[in-house]
Amino acid sequence: MTSTNIRKKSFVSLVSEWGQGQLKFILPPVLALGSLLFIWQILCGGEAPPLPPPTKVVSEAWNLIVNPFFDNGGTDKGLGRHIIESLRRVGVGYSGSVVIGIGLGILIGTNVIMYRAFDPIFQVLRTVPPLAWLPISSAIFESFKGSPVLKFMGTDAVELSAIFVIFITSVWPVLMNTAVGVQQVPQDYRNVAKVLRLSRTEYFFTILIPSAAPYIFTGLRIAIGLSWLAIVAAEMLKGGVGIGFFIWDSYNSGKYSEMIVALFYVGIVGLLLDKLVYYVSVFTVQSDA
Amino acid sequence: MQTLVANELSVNRNANPYLVIDNVSKVYPTAKGDYTVLENISLTVYEGEFVCVIGHSGCGKSTLLNMVSGFTKPTLGEVRLESKVITKPGPDRMVVFQNYSLLPWLSALDNVALAIKSVHPETSKSDRLEMAMASLEMVGLTDAAKKKPKQLSGGMKQRVSIARALSIRPKVLILDEPFGALDILTREELQEELLKIWQEHKVTVLMITHEIDEAILLSDRIVMMTNGPAATIGEIVDVPFARPRYREAITEDPRFFTIRNHALDFLYNRFALSATDEH
Repeated sequence: MTSTNIRKKSFVSLVSEWGQGQLKFILPPVLALGSLLFIWQILCGGEAPPLPPPTKVVSEAWNLIVNPFFDNGGTDKGLGRHIIESLRRVGVGYSGSVVIGIGLGILIGTNVIMYRAFDPIFQVLRTVPPLAWLPISSAIFESFKGSPVLKFMGTDAVELSAIFVIFITSVWPVLMNTAVGVQQVPQDYRNVAKVLRLSRTEYFFTILIPSAAPYIFTGLRIAIGLSWLAIVAAEMLKGGVGIGFFIWDSYNSGKYSEMIVALFYVGIVGLLLDKLVYYVSVFTVQSDA
Repeated sequence: MQTLVANELSVNRNANPYLVIDNVSKVYPTAKGDYTVLENISLTVYEGEFVCVIGHSGCGKSTLLNMVSGFTKPTLGEVRLESKVITKPGPDRMVVFQNYSLLPWLSALDNVALAIKSVHPETSKSDRLEMAMASLEMVGLTDAAKKKPKQLSGGMKQRVSIARALSIRPKVLILDEPFGALDILTREELQEELLKIWQEHKVTVLMITHEIDEAILLSDRIVMMTNGPAATIGEIVDVPFARPRYREAITEDPRFFTIRNHALDFLYNRFALSATDEH
């Protein structure tokens, strides 16, 4: 009897200890979120507020919140479907950034003259915000309108220019971090390569790439954030399905509650993308002791 | 004392010169004019010999070794190995660096296997791994073969580095203060292991050290450098102890103290660092 009592007690106390341990991590963000929502509710509680208060957002956009994958044809789709379409565009643009950014980064990082020539230009270009690339991108791809090559690729000029905005926004951190990483290969490793007279390909794959990998992943992580930032700008131009256009369209038709719900979706997906690249880098990169 | 000083000509060796440092000077041009690091260095090392280079920091010991390994070229004179002038680094003059220089993304075994692959590209992967494992066995590290360098202690890393260097059977093994970063117990352990390996491999060794005792235990000759700038070889001391050597036996030998005091006198009286040199 007594022994089971003790066991029971200790089990209960274990659970409550665990709960108390977790509480200090769960409680502060919950309180912070609660108070922010409360302030928002107070500020937007009056008559004809500029934005709907949280309660109204939930009641008005309830269908969007509980049904992320409905499809009524056209652009009348669940937010999940808009997100998937946006992720597809980001996927294409970001892949382009990864391939071209790492490629050019290695080229520039290994060649001092190329680095001196292009670094100042890239330093300027990387500060250009996504929205500023939009008109340039449109101008470039409008000239391809109706081109048979694009038809063959199953895409159109507007779609390509949207993807180009994502690409051109996110390519710079990949490129510049790769270039720096390649330049920072420690002298020790270069000396090993020299003594062993490693071939160029051997040096590339066994020393250069692994040594630059932490820098490259830093660039990739900044880039995934930037390409997700660029999606709204890119889709304002594109129209149709996509979370960026959905936000723009909700604003234009005065559906502020839907716009706010979509913003939450954008934030959460952005966070997940960042974590995804982070965990890939943790599993891939073997850092120095 | 004079009997300790070996004259190149008087030493009776039944061998041809193997590694020859022939009247070498190293001058770096600076904004304030030329800076001479090393001046008129001549040294002949015979096959299978163990030579230690000793001297104060900044005397250009590392520069001298870098010219043998091929990382820097002499301004004047030349370095020859088996009569061939050294112009660039190569696996025939394998270096063991003080900071190990292991690739952190490769396991101990793969670090050694990479060296074997570079010298014997025709071998199969399984052969290379087998050879690498044999080298790790020589330094007693088979258990740690799969570990990455950051999971190894300093002493273990330096063992891997030595295993890597010897796995490709270099003509000359160059060690740049290999045990400088290790604690005293590990250092003594590794000294004895290096001694054993050298005995078995009969590789020619050129080693920089700060430690007089280490030099006496390991080497056939101790090259003592004068202070820079324009450092040169001050004296070469023969270490007459028979091989195989044992630390206890050597430290009890009265000649040990004669050599030791002679070297100390050279470094701390005749070529002591003046107060202004230290900073």
